[in-house]
Amino acid sequence: MIDQPREINIQLMGKDYKVSSGLTIIAAIEYAGYKLVRGAGCRAGFCGACPTLYRRAGSHKLYTALACQTLAEDGMCLVQVPFVPVVRRPYDIEEVAPSANIILQYYPEVAACVSCNTCTRACPQGISVMDYIQTALRGDIEQTALLSFDCISCGICSSRCPADIKHYPVGQLARRIYSKYLLPRSSQLADRLDEMETEQCEVEVETMMHLSTEELRARYEQRSFETVAGRDQKHSAIQKWGTAVDPVDYRDEVEEVAY
Amino acid sequence: MHIDYYPGCTIKASAGQYETSVRAVLATLGIQMKEMEQWNCCGVVHSLASDNLIRHIAPIRVFARLQEQGGSEMLTLCDMCYNTLSQANHLVRQNARQRESINDFIEAEEDYDGEIHVLHLLQILRDRVGYQTIKKHVRRALQGLTVFPYYGCKLLRPGGMGIDDPEAPRVLRDLMHTLGAAVADDPLQTQCCGSYHIVNHDEIVSRRVGKIAARALERGADVIVLSCPLCHFNLDTRQALVDSPLPVLYFTQLMGVAFGLDLDVLGLNQHHIDPLMLLQQRGFVQEEEALV
Repeated sequence: MIDQPREINIQLMGKDYKVSSGLTIIAAIEYAGYKLVRGAGCRAGFCGACPTLYRRAGSHKLYTALACQTLAEDGMCLVQVPFVPVVRRPYDIEEVAPSANIILQYYPEVAACVSCNTCTRACPQGISVMDYIQTALRGDIEQTALLSFDCISCGICSSRCPADIKHYPVGQLARRIYSKYLLPRSSQLADRLDEMETEQCEVEVETMMHLSTEELRARYEQRSFETVAGRDQKHSAIQKWGTAVDPVDYRDEVEEVAY
Repeated sequence: MHIDYYPGCTIKASAGQYETSVRAVLATLGIQMKEMEQWNCCGVVHSLASDNLIRHIAPIRVFARLQEQGGSEMLTLCDMCYNTLSQANHLVRQNARQRESINDFIEAEEDYDGEIHVLHLLQILRDRVGYQTIKKHVRRALQGLTVFPYYGCKLLRPGGMGIDDPEAPRVLRDLMHTLGAAVADDPLQTQCCGSYHIVNHDEIVSRRVGKIAARALERGADVIVLSCPLCHFNLDTRQALVDSPLPVLYFTQLMGVAFGLDLDVLGLNQHHIDPLMLLQQRGFVQEEEALV
């Protein structure tokens, strides 16, 4: 076991506190006696509501993170940033057909990017933010959509950008255009929806209700992925990891259900 | 042989016909272009302010990335990219203090010391491939076609940075002669087209383009060739004031025609001023090919 002190010293908005060690930043703030009514959300790293800005002891650098995903450290000096006021320009999705300049028409400020990479360094999701701004600049909607896919819209990138680019609405627009106009349609999904309409899948659900845990697990492991006409590769959200293993640990879930 | 290739944003956004024609021409000459895995904008314009280092981050990051990807030479097609990259490269080679500041800021795995060579496509064709080799691939010599080579600024200036004599360039002339074409020369070949004034002072661009095109016509030119996507946009879209507008082609499109390559990769139908009619009339392109 790592030898660590029971308590650490942190500074919240300029005031010193002693908090228990091993807490996330959000838990440390609450331990210190604050009640968070903003700057906290799902507490699981998905909602992007708890950006935090901090310094570490002995460093001049300003770091950024999600408060629910980062452990408080001794000597940290921090503040919560509950909201980054980014500009969002309304559009009608029916009228934003993909073209080389469509993103620039709505967000011309991406052309001010100086490739400093500050956004990428600040991103708590580890996204190559600068790269998707660059692909947006050259009209590559597909790459912008794929590179920005893990964005949770916390806005930290935009709070740090020297060119005052508002990044996440750019990624969002690219993903919407990509989904509506460029993403290959899945015939399997259409078939499945038909089956649901005609209640054909009821029989299948009924069968599954009576399967054992092992049988369910075998079905899960042998599940197939959708294929897309005209592409060599199967198209799947987890395809990029190069494995058919779901990032979610299915064993826990299956065993829980079995109880 | 292969060469690492930095495309630049404009090539991808609005000069697709340049890129596809270059790929086809270089493939014929036995050269493969390998596009960099990740790249960013070159920075567009070289900043002349001595203390404005942030403007040099973009081009130096391009070099640092190619260095990380194991490259040592970089091919560019766009005159603007070539100019900005060359000038930034010169800066880090000459100025140790600024180099250090830039490297500290970029925080790449390895510092960039100016060791990558940036080459414009015309340099590769002139100095590596050679006109003799190019001549061997000519299937339909462009006999009877008079070409007006247009250089603009970024390929030639400032002197020392450009790829040819800034006052009397000859690389496009020699290349066009190699293809069998006649060449019309004029001092306006090296006059600026108005560049990015197209954004908010397009009357400047229209005036300049009008003069250049009128002079080309006066000298008996059938077609203008160039290598810069911004010059191409300006010359192709702003000849409205001229009575008989001249088609404006990337030089590689004419190389492709002379090499007898498939017209669909040359993108001859992607211009405001249609060049196909002329090329058909002169018999360089057959009617059935032009329908592709």
